[in-house]
Amino acid sequence: MIHTDLCIIGAGPVGLFAVFEAGLLKMRCHVMDVLPQIGGQLSEIYPKKPIYDIPGYPVVLAQELVDNLAKQIEPFNPSFTLGERVEKIERQEDESFILETNEGTQCHAKAVVIAGGLGCFEPRKPALDRLESFEGKGVDYMVRNPEKYINRKVVIAGGGDSALDWTIYLAEHVEELTLVHRGSSFRGAPDSAEKVLKLAEEGKLKLMLNSQVSELKGEQLLNECTITNKAGETETVSTDFFIPLFGLSPKLGPIANWNLNLDKNAIEVNVEDYSTNVPGVYAIGDINQYPGKLKLILSGFHEAALMAQSAYRVVSGGKKASLKYTTVNGIQTF
Amino acid sequence: MDIKIHVEEADGQFNTIEAPTDMGLSLMEILKASEYPVAATCGGMALCASCHVEILDNTYDEEANDAEMDMLDTLPVVSDSSRLACQMPLTDDMDGIRVRLMAEASME
Repeated sequence: MIHTDLCIIGAGPVGLFAVFEAGLLKMRCHVMDVLPQIGGQLSEIYPKKPIYDIPGYPVVLAQELVDNLAKQIEPFNPSFTLGERVEKIERQEDESFILETNEGTQCHAKAVVIAGGLGCFEPRKPALDRLESFEGKGVDYMVRNPEKYINRKVVIAGGGDSALDWTIYLAEHVEELTLVHRGSSFRGAPDSAEKVLKLAEEGKLKLMLNSQVSELKGEQLLNECTITNKAGETETVSTDFFIPLFGLSPKLGPIANWNLNLDKNAIEVNVEDYSTNVPGVYAIGDINQYPGKLKLILSGFHEAALMAQSAYRVVSGGKKASLKYTTVNGIQTF
Repeated sequence: MDIKIHVEEADGQFNTIEAPTDMGLSLMEILKASEYPVAATCGGMALCASCHVEILDNTYDEEANDAEMDMLDTLPVVSDSSRLACQMPLTDDMDGIRVRLMAEASME
């Protein structure tokens, strides 16, 4: 089990900055996020977009901001559990918490900070009968371990960069690959689209445009996909895996079950310190709600600073943190 | 002027909202302001599809831009009248438009 002072749920910009503010007060942090990389929405949705309202930066790219935040928290040596979703938070008799992820990773923390942004990013699922019954039995929404598909038959659906990139990679490693795309051409990165067309010409993949997977078949495991084109013609493809890659969509996820007071899918907080109705649990950034709330990164940074002052009392058994300016004290690492 | 927008609720009923056309708002912004569960994750950059709507009448004929088409192209479920509300600036011509919130737009 991981032991820490603060367990921060969410590795977006606000979660990362919370590590910094906690670090200044000598609190150790462990950060958990369902996405396989840090950065939250910034890295997942718009890494190359410029942001203009971060103080001190006339303009900064979203990923550049994430990279800088990662560098800023390095002195405090946080640990991370990425690619796992926190399912449970259990309060202990001594008022500490044990958190557990969907993969069984456990973290013991004196206080919990939810910086979950818009919630969990979950895969967008095509509307197909039996789709969920084949999850883990042939249907995957992300390529986590490409080796799993070596010398197997794979059908990928989608027309975005993720579908194109994995098609290009898997074409060289699988026994049989089919790419199904609803449109007649790819609007993703031209270079990737060109490579996919070339691979299809070389016979390394079967490209089915203007088509959609319409049916999944199999007993226990998936073994066939029916594909229907715009003219209504169908074809059945033998396959071991179906990988629909239609991007991610935000959902509140397990947070809804943690006995927190919610208002329209956001956590209600006390604006003095961004504490929730559960003592020792804080909520900062886009996941919280209070009168006058502005969903800005800037506001999340402010909330992280106030949260840390309050969480220090929880972690230190009631001591009050004294505000020390970094200009005077520098960064005291540990 | 103010225009009327008819929004289809989850139960199939339509609710009408009024929206000004002289404030530079998009359909996404007026839906959010009217407390529809539109996430608008990317803030209106046509990057997340969390404001995906279907236009239910054929009077709206403004073409989608490339960024919007790119995003719509990646979704699992779209129709020929799918649009991203963030890419639809409110204009007088839209008076009486009927729209349906699509699955991606809902945070429920």
